[in-house]
Amino acid sequence: MNSEFIKRNLSTSAIWLFIVVELIFFSVAGQYLSLTDVAFMDGGNMLLLLKQSAPIGIIAVGMTIVMVNGNIDLSVGAIFAMAGIILLDSLSWSIFSGIGDWVIVVSVLLALTTGVLLGALNGLIVWKTGVDAFIVTLGSMLGYRGLVFMFNGENPTSNLNWTLVDLAEARFLGVHTATWVFGLTVLIVWLITRYTVHGRNAYAIGDNRNAAVNAGIRVGPHMLINFALIGFLAALSAVVFYAGSGSVNPNDGMLYELWVITAVVLGGTKLAGGSGSIIGTLGGVIAIQLLRTGLGYIGADTSTVNLVLGLILIVVLFIDRQLNVKGAQELKV
Amino acid sequence: MANLARKRILTVMGNQGILIAFVVFMVIFALASPKFLSLDNLQSVVRSSAILGVMALGVTFVVISGNLDLSVGSMMSFSTIVVLDLHDKLGPSLAIPTMYLMTLGLGGTIGFLVGYLRLNSLIVTLGMLSAIHGLTLTYSGGKNMDIDDKAGTWFSFFGQGEILGLPVPIILFVALAAFLGVLLAKTPFGRKVYAVGGNSTAASFSGIPRARTVFTCYLISAFCVATAGLIQASRSMGSQNTVGQGLELEVLAAVILGGASLLGGSGTVLKTVIGVLILGFIQNGLLLIGWPFYIQYVITWIIIILAVWLDISVKRGKFWATI
Repeated sequence: MNSEFIKRNLSTSAIWLFIVVELIFFSVAGQYLSLTDVAFMDGGNMLLLLKQSAPIGIIAVGMTIVMVNGNIDLSVGAIFAMAGIILLDSLSWSIFSGIGDWVIVVSVLLALTTGVLLGALNGLIVWKTGVDAFIVTLGSMLGYRGLVFMFNGENPTSNLNWTLVDLAEARFLGVHTATWVFGLTVLIVWLITRYTVHGRNAYAIGDNRNAAVNAGIRVGPHMLINFALIGFLAALSAVVFYAGSGSVNPNDGMLYELWVITAVVLGGTKLAGGSGSIIGTLGGVIAIQLLRTGLGYIGADTSTVNLVLGLILIVVLFIDRQLNVKGAQELKV
Repeated sequence: MANLARKRILTVMGNQGILIAFVVFMVIFALASPKFLSLDNLQSVVRSSAILGVMALGVTFVVISGNLDLSVGSMMSFSTIVVLDLHDKLGPSLAIPTMYLMTLGLGGTIGFLVGYLRLNSLIVTLGMLSAIHGLTLTYSGGKNMDIDDKAGTWFSFFGQGEILGLPVPIILFVALAAFLGVLLAKTPFGRKVYAVGGNSTAASFSGIPRARTVFTCYLISAFCVATAGLIQASRSMGSQNTVGQGLELEVLAAVILGGASLLGGSGTVLKTVIGVLILGFIQNGLLLIGWPFYIQYVITWIIIILAVWLDISVKRGKFWATI
């Protein structure tokens, strides 16, 4: 076994190792600290955990491909809220009153279209003006939040459609709808990154933009597609989330971008672009949700979750630096 | 020839764009509302921008050195909560220095991680945002902090007091801006900050201590955050745990608006002050016209992108990117 092999496998599967450690730790610690008799690794508990991780997870999948592409999107929280408002508000628009429950299909499509348009607008600005994606989406994070407030002022937008709630609460083969949507998203985007020209080009652009341009790849359209994709997924996440809850607060989704980026980085995606995987992000999302659920299970309060999560993020970054050969060399300078 | 003329127009607009925008907004608001240019109103704008402004001064140093600081919001919550808590336990004259030391400790930790260990600043400060928020909640036990004896303490001086008719927050803001402006523009340390941000490798080869410079920038940022927390605590004499939440991105918006590049190596204290004032005046002007507060978000969005776009257009000599 050469050390190079160990290093490579450690850095790619570290997140799954971490998940196993978490599972063992919370199972053992739960024996002594938990207030309930239910085991931590109880089937129902795990299914609930997957359901809860879906809203952040769906956006994180999109963030992965945007970050692999060498960009970042800080506006996902605002797109999430905007899509949620469109979804719930359009359910009661009078032009759709004649079509019965088919309005759900129309509303979902409207919400998803909103997400695609807002995402594509980000992508178009990044492409055409050449302004850094961090700045563009920092701006639109504010701007889109302004649009959210324009819609209904500071009042929440509420609309409880029972057919929609039933759909959200339904289970197929024992698994919640949200989890199915999350799983399908992971599968489809993973296929896109692995087996399509677009996916390959996204990696190439993130790895070395000049080389990609010289190789004849048109950088702009690929970035536009990725931003539209993350907009779509932010809206999809909103559909999954608000179908069950039925009420959008104009401040909803704030700080989502930070949670999402944390999950993606934990999953091993590099901020510089060019490396990262959807499967790693899936691991990052599950690891975070395990931490939240587990700390709650052993009776710790929310403040501990924040503290532990922040420290883990920094430790992961440090370990990654040490394992990464290029990083280790830079450390000596 | 036409090309040359266009380039010249671009250059002028790029260099003075933010000042032009500032003047345009002032004129629009002055025409729309007669109260806008009154001395009382101008003073109240600067006063309410002081907290954001003080934080932006520190972040300017971090950004020029080529790094980011996303933790200033939760760090500001931390210092506000700590100083309010210690005020009742130790008295104000001990509470304030202790709070400054604790905040500097946090800033030093970030500086160590980013400067000496060379970790990515975006992720480190993202982690610290979460960790410090947790630290604040643990410290306060999730409760709001209040000063017991609000009338019998001189602690309110920093947020509500006046010297010669000028509110103390404004004086603190201006004094800190002047000091840091001189530090950045006129001292060897300031030149090191620009050098490290402009080209970190070249700076290392010319014997500039990269790690120590970055470390010091984060200390400066923490000092500014502590001052902002002091003003906030003293103004309200009580606070929630989440008082600074979301401020990190607003601060960054002000710094970018002022023309500092996220790549590092450019930006000045004066431009950041203008960026802060633009945000403050937009907020105030819209309020006076009677528009709802959220319109300012949309306008800020448009201004930020236009400002940075202009800046980039000048550098490449074309409006549109060719990729």
